[in-house]
Amino acid sequence: MSATVETVDQITDLADEKYKYGFVTDIESDTLPPGLNEDTIRFISAKKDEPEWMLEWRLKAFRHWLTLEEPDWQKPKFPKIDYQDACYYAAPKNMKDGPQSLDEVDPELLATYEKLGIPLREQEMLAGVAVDAVFDSVSVATTFKAKLEEVGVIFCPISEAVKRCPELVKKYMGSVVPFNDNTYATLNSAVFTDGSFVYIPKGVRCPMELSTYFRINEANTGQFERTLIIADEGSYVSYLEGCTAPMRDENQLHAAVVELIAHDDAEIKYSTVQNWYPGDENGVGGIYNFVTKRAACRGRNSKVSWTQVETGSAITWKYPSCVLLGDNSVGEFYSIAITNNRQMADTGTKMIHIGKNTSSRIISKGISAGKSDQTYRGLVRMAGKANGARNYTQCDSLLIGDTCGAHTVPYIESKNPSAVVEHEATTSTISEDQLFYLRQRGIDEETAVALIVNGFCRDVLQQLPMEFAVEAQKLVGISLEGSVG
Amino acid sequence: MLEIKNLHVTVDGTEILKGIDLSLGSGEMHAIMGPNGSGKSTLSYTIAGRAGYDVTEGEILFKGQNIVDLSPEDRAAEGIFLAFQYPVEIPGVANTTFLKEALNAMRRHRGEDELDAMQFVRMLREKVKELGISDDMLKRAVNAGFSGGEKKRNEILQMSVLEPALAVLDETDSGLDIDALKIVADGVNRLRNPERSMLMITHYQRLLDYIVPDFVHVLAHGRIQRSGGKELAQELEKNGYAEFTKTDAAA
Repeated sequence: MSATVETVDQITDLADEKYKYGFVTDIESDTLPPGLNEDTIRFISAKKDEPEWMLEWRLKAFRHWLTLEEPDWQKPKFPKIDYQDACYYAAPKNMKDGPQSLDEVDPELLATYEKLGIPLREQEMLAGVAVDAVFDSVSVATTFKAKLEEVGVIFCPISEAVKRCPELVKKYMGSVVPFNDNTYATLNSAVFTDGSFVYIPKGVRCPMELSTYFRINEANTGQFERTLIIADEGSYVSYLEGCTAPMRDENQLHAAVVELIAHDDAEIKYSTVQNWYPGDENGVGGIYNFVTKRAACRGRNSKVSWTQVETGSAITWKYPSCVLLGDNSVGEFYSIAITNNRQMADTGTKMIHIGKNTSSRIISKGISAGKSDQTYRGLVRMAGKANGARNYTQCDSLLIGDTCGAHTVPYIESKNPSAVVEHEATTSTISEDQLFYLRQRGIDEETAVALIVNGFCRDVLQQLPMEFAVEAQKLVGISLEGSVG
Repeated sequence: MLEIKNLHVTVDGTEILKGIDLSLGSGEMHAIMGPNGSGKSTLSYTIAGRAGYDVTEGEILFKGQNIVDLSPEDRAAEGIFLAFQYPVEIPGVANTTFLKEALNAMRRHRGEDELDAMQFVRMLREKVKELGISDDMLKRAVNAGFSGGEKKRNEILQMSVLEPALAVLDETDSGLDIDALKIVADGVNRLRNPERSMLMITHYQRLLDYIVPDFVHVLAHGRIQRSGGKELAQELEKNGYAEFTKTDAAA
């Protein structure tokens, strides 16, 4: 008993120094005053120099948003968000025309990303990874663009894509997550500021990992990015997003939308390492991470894998999903969610089987520590025509200490008698026996906890691209530092 | 090597060990025998420093230093190894990863250089060969899905890698059939050397047929009731523990 209590106490002690990305970049910023109305949207659209159709789409979303009520079926409860109190556009000041090359990027910004471990200067970059860096409302740099263009891959800020390849954006944006999908997605459709756009042409295997790094810097600012990835027939891409924010006392809203489209024989691997500021040990501050992520496996034999490592945010509320339309298409969801202190998470996935012989696999690992609370919520739906569809779901929860919570809420709907759905769930704790065993072998308590948790998450960590797996493994340790024992 | 003086230990408010005196010289093999509930496992956990085993009186001197206030990991790094009666499963953590982590943690503690992956694997391969352990066992998660015999062999492998100065073997024979027992005993015997002391805790005499001790102690009611040579074990086998339980009851 005593060792566990000790560990829990240690977690609390360390909470303050744990979040090393909590610094603020002192940079002159072009910020729209707080408030949300049609003028706000016109302002954002004008700032981005958008065509009329884009503005119309935004306004349509906004008008619909005004008619919506916020949902309240989720487990984490929070005070009503005052949308008029937040600010919807913030950009580093000298970014007006968008830098043409890295030489034009403010050195202060480059330094910020370096501090975050994301060097943007090409000679210093991670070999084989192209990065789009989004700072508050704008994309500040995209690396390796030219190299990607050689093979026809388009990787650019979405605001640039709107102008550069409007047909693609018009055709696909909102086709997976419609503008009226849910409160937060609708708000995003109205006020989205930046994000990444990826198009992989027919038969192309993207030669490098693509990555977007999101950073909220300004106080009182929401981040509403939108990511759109289209994998044309027979193509392949692996994409990774990472996120951090300064430590601030107020809660900041992050309501992103991610849409993925996979055509015949195409594959998209989408990985997330989410480390937004989680708030302090008393639950003050932190990001509300309310994100809508959905993939459409439209083509035959198409495949989408979502892998997420969620360690940050005060509240995480999201269900990266797959709509399996094409026959033989495959959806995968691998998730590690770690909550500590007062963090809350309600996350999982939806696998909608429509095509024949579609299959999906869900592996969810939830780790709760401190006074945190976590819910796995997942839907597996087998439509009437989904002959031979299969799903396998495994949900494992690990509890650290006795003041946290874990809940599993699986929804299964099957309208096809030939469909097979399997669900397995376990709940365990880090036992004092395990800790003592490892400590008796000379391993200190903190390392022992990290080892046990990494072992628990192994199936999911293995799904991450090599370049990030080690990073994620460390993050798993850091997130629970002192928290476990 | 190990000198226990007047050791009193309380678990959950109940005194279990009531004044143990025990002395192990370098390279000696001691057996502690006793009936169920006599405090045998309490003694092994106390030496290893498990939380909840409170030393209320007395001291445990290891290489001359009183270790009562040291953490379990510090004791381990100083050279104390406990072969568990029930080795614990650590799902998802490969046996090799665990061994390397453990060895390097101890080396760091002692101010020695850590072994890199290559050096470690080379060393491990040798140990594995000596003990006749399969590669498969190294790749699997620590003790997960291991048979009783495999778990005990894994303990011996860990001892062989960590090279402790003192090994406490807690009921190493429990749950083993005779063939598995022979294999494990053979492993232990290979690891005996003039610098390494061992304290073997067992209920049954049969283990002592395979691992022959230099000294035998009988523990009952929280005290060492009698000490002697290996012939004491045979006497116990014949007469049981009745004599010692009675002695204490009368006292």
